[in-house]
Amino acid sequence: MNVIRARGLTKRFGALTAVDQVDLDVPRATVYGFLGPNGSGKSTTIRMLCGLLTPSAGAIEVLGLEIPGQAEALRLRIGYMTQKFSLFDDLSVRENLEFLAAVLGVPRSAAPQRIRELLLQFNLADRERQMAGTLSGGQKQRLALAGAVIHRPELLFLDEPTSAVDPESRRDFWEKLFDLADVGTTLLVSTHYMDEAERCHRLAILDQGRLVADGTPAELTGALAGRSLIVHAAAPRRAQQALSAVPGVLSVAQIGNVLRVLTAGAGTSIGQLHDILRAAGVEARIEAGTPNLEDVFVSATGRRAQPREAAAA
Amino acid sequence: MSGRRLWAVMLKELRQLSRDRITIAMILGVPVMQLILFGYAINLNPRGLQAGIADAANTQASRAVVMDMVATGIIAPRLSVATPQELTAALRRGEISVGVVIPPDFEARRFDGREAVQVMVDGSDTVVQAAARQLAQMPLDSEVSRVRSAADASAPISVVSFFNPQRRSPVNIVPGLIGVILTMTMVLFTGVAIVRERERGNMELLIATPVSRTELMVGKVSPYVGIGLLQTTVVLALGTWLFGVPIAGTLIDVFAAAMLLIVANLALGLVISTRAGTQFQAMQIAFFVFLPSILLSGFMFPFAGMPAAAQWLAELLPLTHFLRLIRGIMLRGAALAELWQEAVALLAFAAVMMTLAIRRFRKRLD
Repeated sequence: MNVIRARGLTKRFGALTAVDQVDLDVPRATVYGFLGPNGSGKSTTIRMLCGLLTPSAGAIEVLGLEIPGQAEALRLRIGYMTQKFSLFDDLSVRENLEFLAAVLGVPRSAAPQRIRELLLQFNLADRERQMAGTLSGGQKQRLALAGAVIHRPELLFLDEPTSAVDPESRRDFWEKLFDLADVGTTLLVSTHYMDEAERCHRLAILDQGRLVADGTPAELTGALAGRSLIVHAAAPRRAQQALSAVPGVLSVAQIGNVLRVLTAGAGTSIGQLHDILRAAGVEARIEAGTPNLEDVFVSATGRRAQPREAAAA
Repeated sequence: MSGRRLWAVMLKELRQLSRDRITIAMILGVPVMQLILFGYAINLNPRGLQAGIADAANTQASRAVVMDMVATGIIAPRLSVATPQELTAALRRGEISVGVVIPPDFEARRFDGREAVQVMVDGSDTVVQAAARQLAQMPLDSEVSRVRSAADASAPISVVSFFNPQRRSPVNIVPGLIGVILTMTMVLFTGVAIVRERERGNMELLIATPVSRTELMVGKVSPYVGIGLLQTTVVLALGTWLFGVPIAGTLIDVFAAAMLLIVANLALGLVISTRAGTQFQAMQIAFFVFLPSILLSGFMFPFAGMPAAAQWLAELLPLTHFLRLIRGIMLRGAALAELWQEAVALLAFAAVMMTLAIRRFRKRLD
């Protein structure tokens, strides 16, 4: 059964169409990824799904509730972790959790126990009296997640949760997300990191407000079989220039000493590229590569994604 | 409406407030500072006002009148000129604040019982004006009486007030000041309350929770009611100790009236907060409300002297109704119940504003 179902979801801000005719189905107990560059409509879509923004067009059903009409009823059943840290800087870690426990309807008798549990689970036990504003990026993010799950929601929305933290904290954070999925929580996570997207059970790629691809990471990369090539050339820069001019080549990226080439289809063969490089005076060895999500992104949008370890926006 | 959520919002506000040093400084600093500042205007017993003398008569009797005036200590002669015109010019230049004119026919006027001496006052300074009025009451005794013999003493000196024809009673200020301080701080506190959450990014979290609009608004406002009553206490205590301002009515009525104004202003602040985009904008709008409150409410200028349009506008301001209430209670010893119209006006204002704030606030980002 699908936890989220959206059809023709559209949001316009004046002349700008931020989200354009998006159809979405998110199955229960999965980690569902939203991949896309900044400004692709990820946040806007998430905000519409949890009832914070009114869609310009389209229908949404979340946990069997019609959104935005029944948004208030939804609020007790979902958790939402905003992109920017939105807990109170001038309240302590414990005070923030106490506030959220009260407003999110954790029974009064159960709240102290639940807070203790979360402080341990998210490694914040030694920080409980510290003001949230003075926490590090990783600590803030853990606190925000603890706050978002304090009432054990069935569905969790996370808007670029790792955009302000170091790589190690990101890995730890994702472990926590999978722990939640294991106990039956459905998670919708937006990201612009390819390595995070690869870990999701299912994935939707957004570009300029449109849904350009969706499926499991394996389905998405599998569809590109044979189109990804690795070129070992003595002069990679010259080879890159020569290959970029070929009509059937979508992208050429230098990774260390080799070039990753994505072709538009089976029409462009290894032999052809060999000939082109030889004509340009470059000696090269070409082999088939394994398509990755970056290739999926390029083939779906016609553009290169942001670098893997792009700085937080 | 859930009592637990409401309490959670209030507790959050109180905790945040207790860590906000600037706000705490404002809570106590504003009343104390304003009271001390305005207090000088109340506690005034002016001495040695710079005076100019134009004694055109220059007789023994006229010189005696001038010396009597100087002897009161209220004026200190600074320049001596020939004509009243020169005095007017000196007044305008600010060299003197009082001018004493004795006409050439001084003796004749006195025997006729007409006005014999004129005191010009710089009415742009109401304190000076009040002091000069003391001069006008000065009886022309002793030597003057001897010279004058039996002529009747009705209004021997007239006072012409320049630039400001109004008077205000100093004791009006402290009760009024409670209103001014509450208007200034309460509107500002809640004026930034909602915008601040929006600016800091907390609003997206709050509206994604089941906290209702009413719970949020009421929870945010309630802690400030206590703070407003604290400020009222500070002003009342200092006003009584330092300036001996009387409280003719009951204290309960005074605090009840203050409470009405506090709630009205807090609700107004919330409306501002739902409109403003930034904290700075909220402050600008708050001052936009503050200025007419000070000028039109009757705090500075008598209400009766205003044109009808200004009076209508003033009737819309909470401070106007509060001033009538508090002056009635503190100075005339009236009971709150006797002034029920003003209380009802404040209640209605608060109810309309609170409804407006709640209705205007949307649990949506668009």
